[in-house]
Amino acid sequence: MQPTDVGNPDYYHKVVDCQWGCPAHTNVPEYIRLIANGRYTDSYWLNRSSNVFPGILGRTCDRPCEPACRRTRVDGKPVAICRLKRVAADLRDPTDDRLPEIPVVKNGKHIALVGCGPASLTVCNDLMPLGYQCTIFEALPRSGGLMRTNIPAFRLPVAVLEEEIDMILDMGVEIHYNTRIDSMKELLEEGYDAIFVGTGAPKGKELNIPGRQAAADNIHIGIEWLEAVHFGHVDSIGERVLVIGVGNTAMDCCRTSKRLGGTDIKVMARKSRPYFKASPWELEDAEEELVEIVENYSPKRFVLEDGRLVGMEFELVSWHKDEESGRLKAKVHGTEILPCDDVILAIGQDNAFPWIERDIGIEFNHWDMPEVDRTTFMTTREGIFVGGDAAWGPENIIWAVEHGHQAAISIHNYCQGLSLTDDRPPQDHNLISAKMGMHEWAYSNDYNPSPRQKMKHVELVRRFEELSIEVEMGFDPEQTAHEVERCLNCDIQTHFEAKLCIECDACIDICPVHCLTITVNGDEEDLRTRLMAPAENLTQDLMVSEGLPQTGRVMVKDEDLCVHCGLCAERCPTAAWDMRKFELMIPYAGQEAACPTHV
Amino acid sequence: MTYIPKPAVRHPGLGANELGLHLRDYEGTISTLCAGCGHDSVTAAIIQAFYELSIPPHRIAKMSGIGCSAKTPAYFVDQAHGFNGVHGRMPALATGANAANKDLYYIGISGDGDSLSIGLGQFCHAIRRNVNMLYVLENNGVYGLTKGQFSASADVGSRSKRGVPNKSEPIDPVALALTLGATFVARGFSGDKQQLLPLLKAGLMHKGFAFLDVISPCVTFNDHVGSTKSYLYTRHHGHELVPVDFVPIRSEISASYKHGGRTSITMHDGSMVRFRKVPEDYDPTDRLSAYEHYRSLQNRGEVVTGLLYLDPGGEDMHDDNATTSTPLAEMAYEDLCPGSEQMDALMEEFR
Repeated sequence: MQPTDVGNPDYYHKVVDCQWGCPAHTNVPEYIRLIANGRYTDSYWLNRSSNVFPGILGRTCDRPCEPACRRTRVDGKPVAICRLKRVAADLRDPTDDRLPEIPVVKNGKHIALVGCGPASLTVCNDLMPLGYQCTIFEALPRSGGLMRTNIPAFRLPVAVLEEEIDMILDMGVEIHYNTRIDSMKELLEEGYDAIFVGTGAPKGKELNIPGRQAAADNIHIGIEWLEAVHFGHVDSIGERVLVIGVGNTAMDCCRTSKRLGGTDIKVMARKSRPYFKASPWELEDAEEELVEIVENYSPKRFVLEDGRLVGMEFELVSWHKDEESGRLKAKVHGTEILPCDDVILAIGQDNAFPWIERDIGIEFNHWDMPEVDRTTFMTTREGIFVGGDAAWGPENIIWAVEHGHQAAISIHNYCQGLSLTDDRPPQDHNLISAKMGMHEWAYSNDYNPSPRQKMKHVELVRRFEELSIEVEMGFDPEQTAHEVERCLNCDIQTHFEAKLCIECDACIDICPVHCLTITVNGDEEDLRTRLMAPAENLTQDLMVSEGLPQTGRVMVKDEDLCVHCGLCAERCPTAAWDMRKFELMIPYAGQEAACPTHV
Repeated sequence: MTYIPKPAVRHPGLGANELGLHLRDYEGTISTLCAGCGHDSVTAAIIQAFYELSIPPHRIAKMSGIGCSAKTPAYFVDQAHGFNGVHGRMPALATGANAANKDLYYIGISGDGDSLSIGLGQFCHAIRRNVNMLYVLENNGVYGLTKGQFSASADVGSRSKRGVPNKSEPIDPVALALTLGATFVARGFSGDKQQLLPLLKAGLMHKGFAFLDVISPCVTFNDHVGSTKSYLYTRHHGHELVPVDFVPIRSEISASYKHGGRTSITMHDGSMVRFRKVPEDYDPTDRLSAYEHYRSLQNRGEVVTGLLYLDPGGEDMHDDNATTSTPLAEMAYEDLCPGSEQMDALMEEFR
């Protein structure tokens, strides 16, 4: 193999699995260390620099970082990254003094944003400090988009939501509530310098099976129903509720039903558990509230009596892989009618752009979605940008935030006459030795065998008393102290200088997970079979050194299971190994890549 | 040395041996030797050897005297028996322990100071007695614990870290072992585990006195230019006599060993040592031939490594002395000490 180019920011970035997995590249290990040091405000601010809504995300994030976490591969359970984010948000001091100054004299550019969800808010967050004027048009009477209307208050308290949204709106964003934009053409005529579309995926999917129209009064579309509950238009539901679909919206629907009078709640899944779309922790939380999750029941028809919904008929199915197409096929074994009073449909969301005229230069693809560039977020009409769920369909908040950051860079470049591609500031990185003394490092390098801490919940009886009682209680100080030490500090990189190595094997002998090998070079496939321990995780890179001075062999490190204990560097007599803190420098609108100013 | 203990995690892809034990189960406490010490590599190879041979930790006895080398038994198989004795007296301790319980695997770890200066006499007599043990001499040419004075194995002309050349003739432990009748004589290098590991395994399974000299550079006091026991010097002047494989009995059918054209020597228990490409003028089972070959290469300035001599006869101290088949340690008290009446009767015979 060619020697690994660790000068490319991507190499060490990829070693930080959580940060690499996070769409917004939040510097997770660093913010966990700040929490460990009691620096909650600094930790919060570091979070905010990349993910903008730490308090909200600390409760609701889809957590792409956690399945990626190296700790999972070491002891089976990832670090509770998301919960720790909430610790920083909950325990921080006021942060008003850290917000960037907003120029009094504006730069003369005026941006219109459609929809007040996380994507639009992130665009405003990035552009307001540069002197842009931002105007948001929101169809509903409140801000936040799906963060507000689709996430029930027992998961995300309104105060937390509003505090972080207001941080942005208070920068001087102009917002028009109850203002649905019905025509892109008309909006264009108002002469904005750029338009950002952050309207989400607001249309819940329909289930057109017999009885749907006749029983419409007792059949609800999940996201619309949650919105109605949020605004107080709905405050009760029948005792027996069937929730169709098994994604995260279904989890919110069943748990909300439980609080509005439902006693017998079933979530009906067409497939079996491995195919469920809901996050495992959301499934767990629902089941803890005694919601029954029924597998392999495929909806057939709604059953009515005297014009009123009394039940729903399902086909009982099993699934097998079709040899030809490779797709799953259902086999029906019979049918069953389950009685119910209400049905909630939570089988997905669609985008809808009836308000964008098709003759104004915005091309639509065959899914009837606007064609959006993956890098610039611009449509085929210059000056119109799309981000969040509106761009390529339903994702999650953290993706919307990242879309917002990227769109803001594009909007800025566009307004300043710069290229949206060539003038995009690149990422960079910093690498600083973490050595503090003979056996002392600037991080806690000892491995802590604590198991993942379990979130404490409000007791079952109490939590149903009121819709707004937050179920998760947050980590207590002791749990926090344990959980922060579970982090393996993957950003403290094992950095190797081949020319200093005397091939004494000290690093290889000390490594607890046998991830180092000195051997004759070869191609990757071959090298992976000749290492101290099997290197079978192909998603994890091999770091290969230059030829070593004494024998010409190479040092190979399998990144997969390294616990970043730093013992290789401590046992190295020549400091060929060093532990170096990697900091990803991320560019934002109008800014070169820089390290966040949390210190 | 390192302050934190080695993290208690292991690679899930590394399996267990026949006893269900993992490699890390054969470790000891974390080393307190200098970072980069050759001895730590020898320790790692010993751990690997015991693990691969599936030797139960409680059937191992590790013995040492005084010195950097003598510290190392603490760093492997912490569930083994062990005795850390007086400077240079490890051979006597090992002989005594072996006399009492011949069924354990004995490994003695010594250094050039411990074996070639204060303990030279002990070393020689353990060889003469053919104690069934593996005697590892971690050889770095200096007294590391007292800041790097030349030891008895320092070569003439080798320079100290201060730049002073050594003038005294060295004692060569390999030549000594060959002449005193050791039944297994080998030399390894801590920087070449591929070679060291089969030597350790063969030495552990050999019945009789197995001597293994390991060039184990002192990274603090003897790894500079001008040293003849540095990593670089050993790599540049190392001459591997004959690469060997150790073939345990149980792996006999393994295809990877089924190559022709090699000299195989079957050991007392049926396990095997295979020499690859033995030179024509050299016979590893002939002491004189081995000695001559060793000396001629040494005269050319080469650091000869590999398994130099092997007597697979499989006799040891207990055979020579016709001891009981049951180890003394396992005998009932009444059998070990027949009582005063028997003693009186015995004494009567000599009156």
